[in-house]
Amino acid sequence: MSVPQYRKAAALALVAGLGLSLAACSTKSDDDNSDAGGKVTITVDCQPVGSQKELLQNWNADVAEFQRQNPDIVIKSVSVGEQCNNPPDFTARLAGGTVTDVFYGYMTDLQQVLDSGQAMDITEYANKENVPTWDSVDPALKEVFTDGGKLYAVPVKNYSMGLVYNKVLFQRAGLDVNNPPKSWADVRAAAKKISALGNGIAGYSEYSAGNTGGWHFTALLYSQGGQVLTPDGKKADFNNAQGKQVLQNLKDMRYGDNSMGARQLLQWGDLLTNAAAGKVGMFVGAPDSTQAIVSQFQGKFQDWAMAPIPGQDGPAKGTLGGGEGYFFKKGLTPEQVKAGLKWIAYQKLTVGKGQFDYVRAKPQNYPVGLPQPLLFANGSEAQKQELELRKANANVDTANFAIFEATPVAIKGEPRNAQAVYAVLDAAMSGVLTNPNANVDALLKTAEDKVNQLLAAES
Amino acid sequence: MAITTAPGTTRPGRPARPYAERPRRATGLGRKVRDNLTGHAFLIGAVLCFVVFSWYPMIRGIVMSFQRTRRGETTWVGWDNYLRILDDPSFWPAWKNTLYFTVLALVLGYAVPFFVAILLNEFRHAKGYLRILVYLPVMLPPASALFLFKYYAYDPSEAGLFNAILKALHLPTSEWMQSPEMTMPAMVIASTWMNMGSAVLIYLAALQNIPGELYEAAELDGAGIWRRIVNVTIPQTRLILLLLAMLQIVATMQLFIEPLILANGAGAEDSATSVAYLIYQHGFFQNDLNGAAALGVIMLVVLAGFSAVYARLTSKQD
Repeated sequence: MSVPQYRKAAALALVAGLGLSLAACSTKSDDDNSDAGGKVTITVDCQPVGSQKELLQNWNADVAEFQRQNPDIVIKSVSVGEQCNNPPDFTARLAGGTVTDVFYGYMTDLQQVLDSGQAMDITEYANKENVPTWDSVDPALKEVFTDGGKLYAVPVKNYSMGLVYNKVLFQRAGLDVNNPPKSWADVRAAAKKISALGNGIAGYSEYSAGNTGGWHFTALLYSQGGQVLTPDGKKADFNNAQGKQVLQNLKDMRYGDNSMGARQLLQWGDLLTNAAAGKVGMFVGAPDSTQAIVSQFQGKFQDWAMAPIPGQDGPAKGTLGGGEGYFFKKGLTPEQVKAGLKWIAYQKLTVGKGQFDYVRAKPQNYPVGLPQPLLFANGSEAQKQELELRKANANVDTANFAIFEATPVAIKGEPRNAQAVYAVLDAAMSGVLTNPNANVDALLKTAEDKVNQLLAAES
Repeated sequence: MAITTAPGTTRPGRPARPYAERPRRATGLGRKVRDNLTGHAFLIGAVLCFVVFSWYPMIRGIVMSFQRTRRGETTWVGWDNYLRILDDPSFWPAWKNTLYFTVLALVLGYAVPFFVAILLNEFRHAKGYLRILVYLPVMLPPASALFLFKYYAYDPSEAGLFNAILKALHLPTSEWMQSPEMTMPAMVIASTWMNMGSAVLIYLAALQNIPGELYEAAELDGAGIWRRIVNVTIPQTRLILLLLAMLQIVATMQLFIEPLILANGAGAEDSATSVAYLIYQHGFFQNDLNGAAALGVIMLVVLAGFSAVYARLTSKQD
């Protein structure tokens, strides 16, 4: 082939290749939701990633068994990497219109999903016929995913926050592991003793970056009896005595007692990494934070116990609750919605199956016995069955969570536009944890102005 | 790269013939395209890439900045998003932080590579090894390099590398990224270390193009090293210096990965919030893609304005 011909061929091949690449990148057609045999196909995200071997095996086994029981439904699993833990990834997929037919989201994501125009109203399909345990699901959780009387997602996990503490460090510091701190004054005293162990150990550790600071400010504020926004959701409501107390407690521990360690600006993984390394005495978290400490950060279950979140001078006046659910993409056929609901029912809401298959989880490195996911209403049949099965197969010492379970604290949900508000409150948290001369009043005033401005713009 | 069918260029085995001397043919657009088919085919690839990955997103972003999407309904809102963004309490602090970083990066990140290049150019031995050493950080993925700084160099305890050095020298230690005052200088140090290699190589290439006679003449005139730099090196590399200055300013104004990794986002009391990070916050955390688009357009206008002024000034000088 002569040189010019060769170049022409190369140029044409380049153009053809580019065209093919673009075609491959284009949106997949939606005409494959049922095949010639009349089967209904749905795509579902948050399949565990390859490195989570046992979880992936469990997921695949669940899909196989579900499809065996429902031969007319095909589940196409999609692993979206960190999407399930990472709000920016979720936003990108939502904005790009690439969410799966049935897609995972936080409880705080409802507004964002509705604004994207991609959520389907599933009210008429969410019933006992498609989800056998539907009547047992806590109505408060259904309400979280309801807007204007319409249901947009099925709750699959719910948690409330408490005080997670390291029993080994408690013992080394001469503290009673069976009598954890009940007030913030107790926390301060215990943190002092634990940090006195030296070796870079923080008595108490707290977030202040990546929106997690605002998230925990909210939990701490609830423990004081405060609220982030006014009941109508139109104004900030934390620049008051309770908000001030939250920041003052932290400032006192950080700079008054030097009991919070030198490393600050922590976000989720940072704190849990330190905790798994035995460098954190106490922190505020949900029961499954111990699971993350063990499965992701190589800590040990037996080292950790949990108590209710403390109040200022006694029991807390409230704690933060949150959770997750599965949304349904707009435009699905009724058959697809029903198929999706049946899958969620099987994998997330059936005692003895999927996430409640405690017999399967027991020998694996995943905890059975944590007081979570709190999906079923108190006294419901499903709750009784789940508690019995959990107790019979517990592979963690349930005594470690006994105080937390036995002392329930009123659960409050996350504020409207939570992530944006949390981003603002990060600055207040980082202020008291990185600046010995931080002015608590000024930090709260700045945050209040910013949140009010944000809410005004939003409305 | 020369394209064989381009007018006036040489085909192998044929004598070159000026375009004007060729037999006159039909001059329609189709004929022109056919005459330059290979060139256009190659061009299509590059143009398509720009259209799909640069121009379309840019135009889409501008359109989005005048819209608002709620409940799946997109409406035109005029300048609302811009007014809202201008009202954002983080808007001006983010610009202040970004400009501060840009100025610091110009002082440190711009000057240091130039002087390192001059030094390397002066070495007679081990030149190759030294160049590799200087270039090595560029080969490290930016995220890895920044994590190294975050966990080893900028650890606020005395175990941190920089604090250990400061302590050994009996100097006061720093909280680095946890100190609002040190946040920006610390980010510039990390950024300079990461990116210096490329600039050094470009400067070195420019330095090696300076005729040796000029230095010899300067030496004969009694010029010391400083005079030689000021009177020979800088004037001879002026164009490269100006070009890299513009690229540096445009790049540093888009500061993003440094605050994201080193400061976990906004940093202590928002001291690390840059304009690009604010765009990210609006777009990905505040359910405000339209506001993010408006801020992106503002940034585009500022950078385009700067580039235009710069181009005008430098073209006048030439």
